[in-house]
Amino acid sequence: MKEIRIHARAGQGAITTASLLGYAYFAEGKYPYAFPHFGAARMGAPMNAFVRVDTKPVRLRSQIYNPNYVIIVDATLMRGYNCFSGLLDNGIAVVSGKEDLEVPRLKPGQKVFVVPANDIALKTIGRPLGNTALIGAFAAATGELKLNTLIEVVKFKFSGKIQEGNIEAIKQGFEYIQQRTENRV
Amino acid sequence: MKEFLEGSRAVAEIIKLCKPGVISAYPITPQTHIVEELAQMVANGELSSQFINVESEHSAASVVLGASATGVRTFTATSSQGLFYMGEVIFNIAGVRLPLVMTCANRAISAPINIWNDQQDSISLRDAGWIQLYAENVQESADFHLIGYRVSEDKSIMLPVMICMDGFILTHGIESVDMPKQAQVDKFLPAYKALYKLDPSEPLTMGILADPDYYMEARYAIHATFKDVLELLPKVSQEFSDIFGRDYKDLLVEEYFTKDAEKVIVAMGSVCGTIKEVVDELRAKGKKVGLLRIISYRPFPYARIYEALKNVSKVAILDKSVSLGAYAPLASEIKSVFSNKKKLPKVISSFVAGLGGRDITLESIREIFRKLNAKELVQEFIDLKPELLKEQYE
Repeated sequence: MKEIRIHARAGQGAITTASLLGYAYFAEGKYPYAFPHFGAARMGAPMNAFVRVDTKPVRLRSQIYNPNYVIIVDATLMRGYNCFSGLLDNGIAVVSGKEDLEVPRLKPGQKVFVVPANDIALKTIGRPLGNTALIGAFAAATGELKLNTLIEVVKFKFSGKIQEGNIEAIKQGFEYIQQRTENRV
Repeated sequence: MKEFLEGSRAVAEIIKLCKPGVISAYPITPQTHIVEELAQMVANGELSSQFINVESEHSAASVVLGASATGVRTFTATSSQGLFYMGEVIFNIAGVRLPLVMTCANRAISAPINIWNDQQDSISLRDAGWIQLYAENVQESADFHLIGYRVSEDKSIMLPVMICMDGFILTHGIESVDMPKQAQVDKFLPAYKALYKLDPSEPLTMGILADPDYYMEARYAIHATFKDVLELLPKVSQEFSDIFGRDYKDLLVEEYFTKDAEKVIVAMGSVCGTIKEVVDELRAKGKKVGLLRIISYRPFPYARIYEALKNVSKVAILDKSVSLGAYAPLASEIKSVFSNKKKLPKVISSFVAGLGGRDITLESIREIFRKLNAKELVQEFIDLKPELLKEQYE
């Protein structure tokens, strides 16, 4: 079983992000359970979305406290919350932010990737909604999902210009992380 | 076909396949997505129901009552305060013996205002004369609506059915669901033909005054019908399994490793999935533990529960609601199963958890199993924060 915790603000599309990730796992034959947890029920309030995935139907219904992966859609949340709380020792975090974003030092086995997802989204979609770029980055950072599956999911869910823009955002998010991991090695 | 669907979407898709003539609802979190989806389907022309917009839940319930009385299949959905606002109509629908299906997206009750999940709303309407089925996952949430119409419209039953699905956890949870085909649904659920209906060409009256000479019999008749529901649910479950391939056994309870169990938790709804995880974990360590999941809360399957628990030495009841000033609802009913019985558990302890969306974790369930020992506990609140209970006056 793998667990993903997404940190965002209500209205930033975290549920869509969880749903797209879940759909991609579903398309790859796994059993995902994607679900939100709202704080105050209003735009801008901190909220979480989760994906729990297994090779058999998921029965566990609690929130996620020890994620394998963390995705941070809004880096300003790191000021008030420990977004990395409970992250497994070999866990991976993907953060949407500028290249020079300061991220806390994590444990030696843990990895943090920063991706300028909103900049990518502005270029590809025309709006600073970095969710699909983040999903691409997530796939590259974790190796959990194939790039092609993500593209197929976007093709299934969206149409026209929105589809084209989001596919490009996924690709650029994926490549951004891929280039950095290669440089690291 | 397997699809990856939000619980609310899956329910809306199933309702579409059931082809209700009239849908009426008023939006309330966390039920809203269900009726939004249905309104969209009607607007798109995918579903030829009349979708009647109303100004409140009281009116929504009144509309489906009236529509059902004219002999059409109807649907509504609500949560929490919305269900309470429907309250008097809810009792009327059962009293007039009108078949319909309603989703209760389970949510806590005000005050304090709280949009998150527990089961206080539907539990509080347990005496209304509605059949209540509690779903564990999205698949069941969808399937139970189908089963609900089949049972509700059975000529020997003619009672409304409330399908209870945990708010957010299931309504907003997205998972793999096997969606049936229209032909399968049509085979399982034929078009609704009312025994009696409001029709200007053949006038009759429904819901009239029943004076002391008649009232008790009307109430008794509903009570007696609930015994027939206990007999019918297993038969409908078999028909369902034959057509759709999913076996809900007797549809009254689910036994999970209860046969040789020394400790069993009794619970309802989605938390049962979490309990199953802990049962597996403890079984792997050689602990004889199990789960008894109540699916049908009304009618309450006393005999079936007795059979399942009579040889279990320690039973814990997990309620996601309270009856303030008394035993928690499920706990008091499970205890009553064993009154005047020869065989009974040595210990029946009761626990309250998950009120107002307080997360029930694996550790919460482990704690219940740990606390289920020789000492009987009454109304033990799990994951309570004592520091919030200190009174302070400035």
